Amino acid sequence: MIGCFGRRYDMLDNIHFVLLVSRQGKVRLTKWYSPYAQKERSKVIRELSGVILNRGPKLCNFVEWRGYKVVYKRYASLYFCMCIDQEDNELEVLEIIHHYVEILDRYFGSVCELDLIFNFHKAYYILDELLIAGELQESSKKTVARIISAQDQLVEVAKEEASSISNIIAQATK
Amino acid sequence: MNPFSSGTRLSDMIRAIRASKTAAEERAVVRKECAAIRASINENDQDYRHRDLAKLMFIHMLGYPTHFGQMECLKLIASPGFPEKRIGYLGLMLLLDERQEVLMLVTNSLKQDLNHTNQYIVGLALCALGNICSAEMARDLAPEVERLLQFRDPNIRKKAALCAIRIIRKVPDLSENFINPGAALLKEKHHGVLITGVHLCTEICNVSSEALEYFRKKCTEGLVKTLRDIANSPYSPEYDVAGIMDPFLHIRLLRLLRVLGQGDADASDCMNDILAQVASKTESNKNAGNAILYECVQTIMSIEENGGLRVLAINILGKFLSNRDNNIRYVALNMLMRALTVDSQAVQRHRATILECVKDSDASIQKRALELIYLLVNENNVKPLAKELIEYLEVSEQDFKGDLAAKICSIVEKFAPEKIWYIDQMLKVLSEAGTYVKEDVWHALIVVITNAPHLHGYTVRALYRALHTSCEQESLVRVAVWCIGEYADLLVNNSGMLDLEDPITVTESDAVDVIETAIKHHTSDVTTKAMALIALLKISSRFPSCSERVKSIIGQNKGSFVLELQQRSMEFSSVIQKHQNIRSTLLERMPVLDEATFSGRRAGSLPASVSTSGKSPLSIPNGVAKAAAAPLVDLLDLSSDDTPAPTSSGDNFLQDLLGVDITQPSAQPVSGMQPSQAGADILLDLLSIGTPSPVQNGSTNGDLLSMQDNNAPIASMDTISSTSPTAPSSMMDLLDGFGSTPPKNEDKSPAYPSIVAFESSSLKIEFIFTKKPENPQTTDIVGNFTNLSPNVYTDFLFQAAVPKFLQLHLDPASSNSLPANGSIKQTMRVTNSQQGKKPIVMRMRVGYKINGKDVLEEGQINNFPRGL
Repeated sequence: MIGCFGRRYDMLDNIHFVLLVSRQGKVRLTKWYSPYAQKERSKVIRELSGVILNRGPKLCNFVEWRGYKVVYKRYASLYFCMCIDQEDNELEVLEIIHHYVEILDRYFGSVCELDLIFNFHKAYYILDELLIAGELQESSKKTVARIISAQDQLVEVAKEEASSISNIIAQATK
Repeated sequence: MNPFSSGTRLSDMIRAIRASKTAAEERAVVRKECAAIRASINENDQDYRHRDLAKLMFIHMLGYPTHFGQMECLKLIASPGFPEKRIGYLGLMLLLDERQEVLMLVTNSLKQDLNHTNQYIVGLALCALGNICSAEMARDLAPEVERLLQFRDPNIRKKAALCAIRIIRKVPDLSENFINPGAALLKEKHHGVLITGVHLCTEICNVSSEALEYFRKKCTEGLVKTLRDIANSPYSPEYDVAGIMDPFLHIRLLRLLRVLGQGDADASDCMNDILAQVASKTESNKNAGNAILYECVQTIMSIEENGGLRVLAINILGKFLSNRDNNIRYVALNMLMRALTVDSQAVQRHRATILECVKDSDASIQKRALELIYLLVNENNVKPLAKELIEYLEVSEQDFKGDLAAKICSIVEKFAPEKIWYIDQMLKVLSEAGTYVKEDVWHALIVVITNAPHLHGYTVRALYRALHTSCEQESLVRVAVWCIGEYADLLVNNSGMLDLEDPITVTESDAVDVIETAIKHHTSDVTTKAMALIALLKISSRFPSCSERVKSIIGQNKGSFVLELQQRSMEFSSVIQKHQNIRSTLLERMPVLDEATFSGRRAGSLPASVSTSGKSPLSIPNGVAKAAAAPLVDLLDLSSDDTPAPTSSGDNFLQDLLGVDITQPSAQPVSGMQPSQAGADILLDLLSIGTPSPVQNGSTNGDLLSMQDNNAPIASMDTISSTSPTAPSSMMDLLDGFGSTPPKNEDKSPAYPSIVAFESSSLKIEFIFTKKPENPQTTDIVGNFTNLSPNVYTDFLFQAAVPKFLQLHLDPASSNSLPANGSIKQTMRVTNSQQGKKPIVMRMRVGYKINGKDVLEEGQINNFPRGL
């Protein structure tokens, strides 16, 4: 049987992009897994935030847009959006969004929008431990947290080394 | 140190940007920061490179250009420390995409980092590669990724697996290299590796059928076991989502099983039990469980048929559909759409619920449901469904009306059991959402209306009523205006009443009223107004009593700024005022429009050629139909007072004129033309020099058989009529007394011999040519029609058609009756835009009555002298 079920395998079924937008329409994070030119990106963001921010509260979390589907969920003042193909499992993507939010929450300790503004790079690092090529790489929140903290550790060590070296240099050149 | 870069830290910049009250302020801050970052880049300042890039990423996110920072990413990636690399790779992924040339420069750094001793650095490189890798990079770095699939740390293996997916998507040929390492990942226990490994195998199966076979044979059982273990495993907090063990892994396993089971009975058999278990045991009160069920249903529907499982799956969808959660209903609709090809009966059972979803307040659900309903409509249920949808059209939101109206029209058109029902439904849609209806839809409606003569009266009256309630619906107004113009008489005298109709009393001036309203309504655009003008003109002929009023309404547009309206107004006024005698003929009802042609044109495919079987007389390709327009006008020009209406001979009038009537060529035994050619291309026929006209004098037969030789007949004509220069004038003498000035050869202009254009046993037509030297393209022709019989011809009418490069103007004939052995004349003017290149050709038809009996004679004239 090759019906329309067979069709999905001809296309790349992945998350095309991830978008975090505040209720005011400010972009807080964008991650593009499919190629979009810079101009295209701003257009997409403008278009989508217009659609999503205007949707009422009790409606479903899916928007059909340019032949794709955008799964979005609002957490406090932030909308988390992921764009997928028509044939993908929207419910699973909702779970992925929630998964990400939980990891952020654990990392920042009840995360708020300000955390994501001032530590936007951390939000990206966490996302990179969760998704690669628009595909989920880890279903354990604990594992993600462990890898992130190990890497943060590496950065701390490097910083300390750097400052101790500069101390040594400073002392030596006194 | 640089005076600019000394200051702000990342958080200071963010604060400054956030503190900006206006966009201009924000731009100023960003501009200042960018200047500082550029300066720092120019100084090659190592200490701040890290911070600068972080700032740039933030600025980039706000939508400002940051291309100047791209090289900084590369420098950071090339530096030895982990913190620099980490931010460098992040910048690379954020500021660049795979299409940028700069990316090629990073391949080498990536290769080094993929071989780095620090596993976190390897992880960074894999992540970057997986997110932005291009086809070239995929080829260069595939071996590294392949090796990393066996790396000791599982976190690297899972990243490598996703990288491999990206590589395969970019270069499918590389999938071979990943079959074995991919299969090895399926035996892993680590969930991350298992999830990515399963995904990798799915991806490989999609691009390579050999790999699919391999996995089907080797891995199906193992995967079924893995899924069973996961489904039955005890609570584990690490992977638990709302009481369900790792839904993500569940879903990916189900997806791979779907690929393996599709089209393979054995593999499908193997997974039946576990699918049944997942479908029946999974908790459906939380999203995670529903996500699994959704995936499971898809798999059941895709793999080889198993009756019991299908029922289970359809039941799950039924439950989904009645769920209160909008998300669940949405996916149910989505899934039912796909299930339609598998089991449409089962989907039909949910029709009522789906119909309810069309009326949901959620646009996403509405859209899905409408598309599903559209697919569910068939001949049996079209009436109730269309009724429901049209009722909903009345209350639906503006945004949705367009989609809904389009779908209803399409359904109604496709499945209408009878014309009256179709017309009724269309009128309802037009009254509710006429503004949203596309042009081709209401064109189609008009075509159907013209093809249903018994409904003309009914339709025009229904439209008249509708117009009073919905005069702002553009396309309703257009259809109504058109129909009232055509069938005004039926509107007023209530003719063709159907039993179901309520009689209405419409006076002639009421009919004019509605058109007047349409023309003056503020929502009417140029097209509507133009249509209304035509309708008025037509009414003026149907109801002579309203003529004066119509004239004044039409006259109001004489000053219109729109050329189209102004011109119509001027011309129509003059038709009403000065051409009373031809008006009724000119404004005859439109011939029936052909449905087949219209639908063909709508589908974008024109009939390639006119079918020689001549079954559907009106299927003329576009171009020819246009060519016909000009002769039609000419022909109408000449019809004087009481000539028989040209349209009375029916809709094949034009064809006949154009020679589509294919019996004609085959009826000429002399003809060397192949009938099919003559039938297939009218223009070709018209232009094919040397094709004998059917009634050409028999003496030229020999010459005519040599098709190319068009000199012969003309040469023979020369000898007949124009060797003596006095011939034309002498002929004119014979014809004298009919009041037209005989053409005189002027000194400078070349003289052209007159010809016998047509001769039969009863009629002879001669053409005499004159040309004015200042206008060489134009030829004045005087046609002499001589009655060779002892009978009187009445209602005599000469019609002619010419190909596109010619323009023909016919003056009225000197009389429309030919006494026995008498003659009449008619002048015409032909303008040849290809003068000197192409000779004049003409197709003609003569109609007259002998003792009230119609006689038709026709032929093709291609013995015009050269150079005309």
